Amino acid sequence: MTAIEIKHISKRYGKIRALDDISLKVDAGEIFGLIGPDGAGKTTLFRIMTTLMLPDSGSGTVCGLDIVKDYAGLRRIIGYMPGRFSLYQDLSVKENMDYFATLFGTTVRENYGTIKEIYSQIEPFADRRAGKLSGGMKQKLALCCALVHKPSVLFLDEPTTGVDAVSRKDFWNMLFRIKASGVTIFVSTPYMDEAARCDRLALIRDGSIIGTGTPSEIVSGFPFRLLSVRGSRMYRLLKELRNIPGVISCFSFGDSHHVTYDPAVTDRVRILARLSDAGFGDCTAMDIMPCIEDCFMWLSGRRDVPTAGQDGLRA
Amino acid sequence: MEENVIHIRNLTKKFGDFTAVDHISFDVRRGEIFGFLGANGAGKTTAMRILCGLSRPTEGEGTVAGYDICSEQEKIKRNIGYMSQKFSLYPDLTVRENIRLFGGIYGLGDRRIREKTDAMLDMLGMQSERDQFAGALPLGWKQKLAFSIAMVHDPGIIFLDEPTGGVDPETRRRFWEMIYDAAERGVTVFVTTHYMDEAEYCDRVSVMVDGRIAALDSPDRLKSEFHAGNMDEVFGIIAGRAGREE
Repeated sequence: MTAIEIKHISKRYGKIRALDDISLKVDAGEIFGLIGPDGAGKTTLFRIMTTLMLPDSGSGTVCGLDIVKDYAGLRRIIGYMPGRFSLYQDLSVKENMDYFATLFGTTVRENYGTIKEIYSQIEPFADRRAGKLSGGMKQKLALCCALVHKPSVLFLDEPTTGVDAVSRKDFWNMLFRIKASGVTIFVSTPYMDEAARCDRLALIRDGSIIGTGTPSEIVSGFPFRLLSVRGSRMYRLLKELRNIPGVISCFSFGDSHHVTYDPAVTDRVRILARLSDAGFGDCTAMDIMPCIEDCFMWLSGRRDVPTAGQDGLRA
Repeated sequence: MEENVIHIRNLTKKFGDFTAVDHISFDVRRGEIFGFLGANGAGKTTAMRILCGLSRPTEGEGTVAGYDICSEQEKIKRNIGYMSQKFSLYPDLTVRENIRLFGGIYGLGDRRIREKTDAMLDMLGMQSERDQFAGALPLGWKQKLAFSIAMVHDPGIIFLDEPTGGVDPETRRRFWEMIYDAAERGVTVFVTTHYMDEAEYCDRVSVMVDGRIAALDSPDRLKSEFHAGNMDEVFGIIAGRAGREE
C-alpha cells in the first residue's frame, strides 16, 4: 500500500530553484530516507508534503489525501517534527504534551501506549520548562509531541543534525520501534551512514533526486570498481592516487582512501605497482563494495552541473 | 622541535553547582591536527570557549599560543583563528568586504589588507567573484573563503568548531584537504566534529565524557587499545559510558 506519493513537484523562491520535478513513492510501514546535504531542498519538500507550503507545480497524496485540497484532513493523520526545535519553550514538558494532544482532540492518557517508551525517559522532568531541557531530551519531547495523536505517517526533518554519533544510534533505535508499531516514517538526514538504516531512500542534491531505491539497489548501481587503499603518508598518497591513469576519483574515507577506477583501464595490481614506483611501497589495497556515501558522490558528480551549483538553492 | 601551542592543566568550569569541565589537562603540539571529540553536553563547547579567550576558567591554568588563558584573553583572541559551520562569513557582504572586515577586526592596516585580499583571491582562484555577495557563493567556495579569512592575520593555531556539519560528502573531504595543507605549513589545527571518519584524519584525538577527558591518543592507538575497527566504535565505547544526560 502506498503511504506517500508525490508527482513532479517543483518549487522556486524567486530566482532560486529549490525543488525541480520531484517524484517519490513511499510504501506504508517503511522508513523512507531523504538523504542530502544542507541546501539540497529537503526542508522545502517536507513543508510541501505536510501542507505547510504550496508547490508551484506537481501533485501529491499522503494516505490518499491530497496535499493541497485535503490539507485539513491530512494534518490530522500526520506527525511532523521540524528541523528546528518548535515546541513552546516556556511551557513545561507536560504542558507541551497536553497542548499538542488537545490540539488533535485527544489526551496523553488515551495514546500513552504509543509514546510510552520514549515519554517514560522524559517523564521524570515533566515539570521542567521545555527550553531548559538538554538537546537529547528536547528531541525526545518533540518526538512525543509528534506522536501523541497516533499519526499514520511521521515526518522527521533532520532529527539528528548536530547530534553526536552515540545519540544518533539511540535515535534510530527509537525509530525502528516506532516503525514496528505500524507508523510510516519519512526522515531526512545529511548523514550518509544513516542511509543504510532506511528501507528505501532517495538521494537529493540541488533540488533534484539523483538516486532512489533500497540501499542495496543504490549500491549495486555503482558502475565502477572501488579500491580501499592504506599507507603511511595518507595525504601525499591521496594526491598521488589522483594522478594514476584509470583512477576516476579518490577521496578519504576514515583510515583509508576510496579509489574509484575504471576496470577497463587499470586494476588493483597495476595501481599498487604505480604507487610503488612513486615511492609508496608500503601501501595495501583491497577491492571493496561501495557504501551509500561513495554512490552519493558518484551520482553528484555524474550530473552535468557546473561546480557552481554545489550550494543547492541557486537558479 | 616539539613545542606545545596549547598547554592546559586542571582546567575546570563550574556553572553554579554544575561542573561543565572537570579538571582536564592536555597539550597540543605545534603543527598537529588535534580532534576534540565528545558527546553533546560533554563540555566541549565550554572548554573551547575558554581556549579561545571567551570565557574564564573557575579553576586551573594554561596557555594558548603562548598566552595565559586567565590573564591574557585579548592576546589569545588576536593570535588564534576561529571558524564554525554555523557562523563564518557575513552573507550580505561581498567577498572583498568580508576580507576587509575581518582584516580590520584583527588590526591589519589598509595596505596589508589590500595585499592580503589580492593574495587570497589569487590563491583561491576567486578574483572574478570578489564583488559577489558571500551568501551567493557555492558552499565549497564559502568554506574555502571562510577558512582563509579565519587565517587572515596568520595565526599559528586555528579552532574549527564543527566546520563540516551538514556539508555534502565531497565538499567535506575537500575541506579536510585544506586542513592538511594548513597543517603542512605548520599551522596547528584544533577541530571538533560529529563525523567519526573525520576523527581518523586527526594526528591525535581526545574524547570528552561528562566534563573529563576519557581518552586521548592517536586514532591508531585508540583503536588498538579499545579493540575497535574504527573510530566510530571507539567513540561508541568511550562515550557510551557517559553518566550525565546532556
